Amino acid sequence: MSDISADGLDANGLVLAADGTPLKRSLARAMRRQKLRALLLVAPLLIFVLLTFIVPIASMLFRSVENDIVSNTLPNTVQELGRWDASTSELPPEPVFEAMFFDMFIAAEAKRHTRLGTRLNYEQTGISSLFRQTGRKLDDIGKVTKKPLEAFDSAWKDGETWYAIFNAGDAPASKNLMKSQRGLLKRLTSDPASGDVNFSPRADVTKLLPKAAREYTAWAIFTAVQDEKDPATRDPWESVYTALILDLKTADLSGYTGPNEDLLKAAQAADLPVPAFSEAFADMDKDWATPVPWKTIQTHSGLYTSGYFLNAIDAQKTDDGVAWQPENKQILLKLFGRTLIMSLIITGSCIMLGYPIAWLLSNVSARNANLLLILVLLPFWTSLLVRTSAWKVMLQQNGVINEVLVWIGLVPDAERLILINNQFGTIVAMTHILLPFMILPMYSVMSTIPPVYLRAAKSMGATNWTAFWRVYFPQSIPGIGAGSILVFILSIGYYITPEIVGGTKGVFISNRIAYHISSSLNWGLAAALGTILLVVVLALYWAYDRIVGIDNVKLG
Amino acid sequence: MAALTPISRKPLSFVLPTAAAAGGGFGLFLGTGNGSGLIGVLLGAAVIAAIAYGFIVVIKNEGLAKWISIVGFAFVGYIYSGVALAITAGLIGMFYHWLIYWLYEGRYRAKLLPYLTPGQVAWHYGFRCIAGVIFIFLITPILVIIPLSFNAQDFFTYTPGMLRLDPDAYSLKHYQDFFTNNEWQRSMKNSLIIAPFATIISVSLGTLAAVGLSQSHMPFKGTIMAILISPMIVPLIISATGMFFFYSDLGNFMENTLGMSKNFAGYIKVILAHAVLGIPFVIITVTATLVGFDQSLTRAAANMGAGPLTTFFRIQMPLILPGVISGGLFAFITSFDEVVVVLFVGSAGQKTLPWQMFTGLREQISPTILAVATILVVVSICLLTVVELLRRRSERLRGMSPA
Repeated sequence: MSDISADGLDANGLVLAADGTPLKRSLARAMRRQKLRALLLVAPLLIFVLLTFIVPIASMLFRSVENDIVSNTLPNTVQELGRWDASTSELPPEPVFEAMFFDMFIAAEAKRHTRLGTRLNYEQTGISSLFRQTGRKLDDIGKVTKKPLEAFDSAWKDGETWYAIFNAGDAPASKNLMKSQRGLLKRLTSDPASGDVNFSPRADVTKLLPKAAREYTAWAIFTAVQDEKDPATRDPWESVYTALILDLKTADLSGYTGPNEDLLKAAQAADLPVPAFSEAFADMDKDWATPVPWKTIQTHSGLYTSGYFLNAIDAQKTDDGVAWQPENKQILLKLFGRTLIMSLIITGSCIMLGYPIAWLLSNVSARNANLLLILVLLPFWTSLLVRTSAWKVMLQQNGVINEVLVWIGLVPDAERLILINNQFGTIVAMTHILLPFMILPMYSVMSTIPPVYLRAAKSMGATNWTAFWRVYFPQSIPGIGAGSILVFILSIGYYITPEIVGGTKGVFISNRIAYHISSSLNWGLAAALGTILLVVVLALYWAYDRIVGIDNVKLG
Repeated sequence: MAALTPISRKPLSFVLPTAAAAGGGFGLFLGTGNGSGLIGVLLGAAVIAAIAYGFIVVIKNEGLAKWISIVGFAFVGYIYSGVALAITAGLIGMFYHWLIYWLYEGRYRAKLLPYLTPGQVAWHYGFRCIAGVIFIFLITPILVIIPLSFNAQDFFTYTPGMLRLDPDAYSLKHYQDFFTNNEWQRSMKNSLIIAPFATIISVSLGTLAAVGLSQSHMPFKGTIMAILISPMIVPLIISATGMFFFYSDLGNFMENTLGMSKNFAGYIKVILAHAVLGIPFVIITVTATLVGFDQSLTRAAANMGAGPLTTFFRIQMPLILPGVISGGLFAFITSFDEVVVVLFVGSAGQKTLPWQMFTGLREQISPTILAVATILVVVSICLLTVVELLRRRSERLRGMSPA
């Protein structure tokens, strides 16, 4: 403190605050504190909006490309198919069929194969039923191996025999296999698949009989976690029998000593028949004997897919690149086009109807303007459902408009106009509903245009039209722009009104999204459609922000 | 329009054709209704022109002419159809009497600038007619459903009895249905549970954030504002789609891990979703109020020893209260009127009033919907009044309006 001179300056000539710190630093600290306080005030809401709004939207974006269901349900098949060259029109090799058998077996036990079938059916019609049937008939292949083995030695009928072979007990266990099979079931059933299983695979058996150990472990975890039964006493799935026979063909059991080694060696010596997987699949359904389903699985096996987006624009991903959907399935681009055109028509009619009103509001006395404004605000405040039902009452065959027209005699009773359940109904009702959103921004712009400009123009010899068109109209364009973008953004995503008064011809893309969410359950496609719509709206939003500024939005 | 133009009587050569044109327009309606539009136009024009001539040249007394016109028209209407038409016809008679004298005395120029050409005067009134038609377009659909909700029949249309003003054709049975039907009552209750809670969340968080946003040292103001406004800009169907995926996971978490009942978790989901939708309205109205707020008031309070909390509740809050309340009303009406998100996020246990109306309109149409709609129109008129009063109060407080 000693180096402070009496005039509040330190030795270097810097200005000091009352407590002796340099004023600059002290001010910066105060500023920082203020910024922090402002941020803290905003933080709760920001976190709330991020969590409950931005995250859901982001998760929707993610869902439109997410495609892990194929590789989660058929992990080994996807791996084997990766080595198959789909361009030769031959069937995939035998290991693919074998992997498919084991994958499908687990998936069918977990009842997840139908879900994958539904997913792939979006890309290739018919796969859904193929998967469903295969899931039902899969046991037959397993029985081909199970029966001879059990007939050969009845000890194989006993679940404890199997448990003794594969359970590690005190011997070293294969932790890797356990972990990978737990992971497999977790991804397949979206259930944590944790918890005590009362089983761990024996390391040396795993090495000797890899497929059987793999299948047995999957079965044991599934039995313990999903069925909540003890695997020690129960018979394994047929697929484990099949895997064991397969392993015994190649395994070298000579050095093996462990529980039931005699049984295993005897079974190997018996040289039991191995099922021919490709033939068995062809027997189940002749479609498996064609490359089509395999190509579909291979094409859509990636963790992420552009398939939903391609579907959203009436295209599809095939094994040789992107192609258009068949003619009769191309509806979405048309629907996007219709949504855009109808939104433009609605925006246009809102401008036509809103401009005179806004002009009137800004050119009458403040008292009258307030009264007239109430006529605009009343529809604005009235429930959307009320206005939509009002239009249903007005427009239907026996509705008010038709009754009046018939009463006046403009329309014969037998030929009442069809005003509802078509594009006309949607356009009229939505123009009415969105008109206040056009009038209010226009009014707020027009009320700032001084009326003297018009008079000045006229006094200098302009005609009424020239004065309006060259002087007034250019100044009112910001209002038209603001209102148009607002109305366009709102109308492009409208759902309720088109759903009720639009019938089948007057619906928007949003109705299609709702259909895919609640009826067809093709959520990926719904998310892709939503994402495309969102991009369009955000672009318009950006334009709105540039033209009007988002802080300038006013209500009422 | 303070300029008062001296007015003078107009010649018959102007009044008679103009009045006749107005009469012809009305005649067209009646004529097409009864067979021939052309005869209607000619008859209407002739009748009104004759009446105008009679009033101006023969009677010469405006008060007497008024009563003759009303009674005469009403009498014709009564003979033709009955009481209802007599009232309508009386009103029409009043209108034509007013029109004839308005033209004859030149009153139409009284409030216009004196130098306007006849063409400009015609445009002035023509424009007002166009605007009137647009206002009718705006208001009619809302007014039409109100009488229909008292329909004694289960129809969505006006019955002949209703048009005759027959008391038997009207009844309160749709209102009775609304107040006794379990489904409607349950949905009403759900709406009244969900909307207030959603409003409380959005108002409390929104006001706090608006106060922060209006401080001059707010960093990243534009970005934060864009994020907070986004629920209003993103189309509802997209918000609903996103929320559908997210909230079903959240619901599973609440039910399985936190052990909540399905119904309770459902309410929480819908309330959170609606709160987020209401937030932009609170932000916009409260920041708009804060623009006019004099920050030196808070400094003065702090100077005199008030803590930040005291300053906020005793100084700032009372001044921005109108904005907060109208923001809250917007948030309330957003939630109360919302269908799409609740359709996707909620389950049958959270069926709200708009949802019930939506299913009613889509499937089983019952006129109870119109009774509900009428109630909602009354509610919205009340809300509109409150918001309007608050807006004026706020402008007065901030000295922005001379009123």
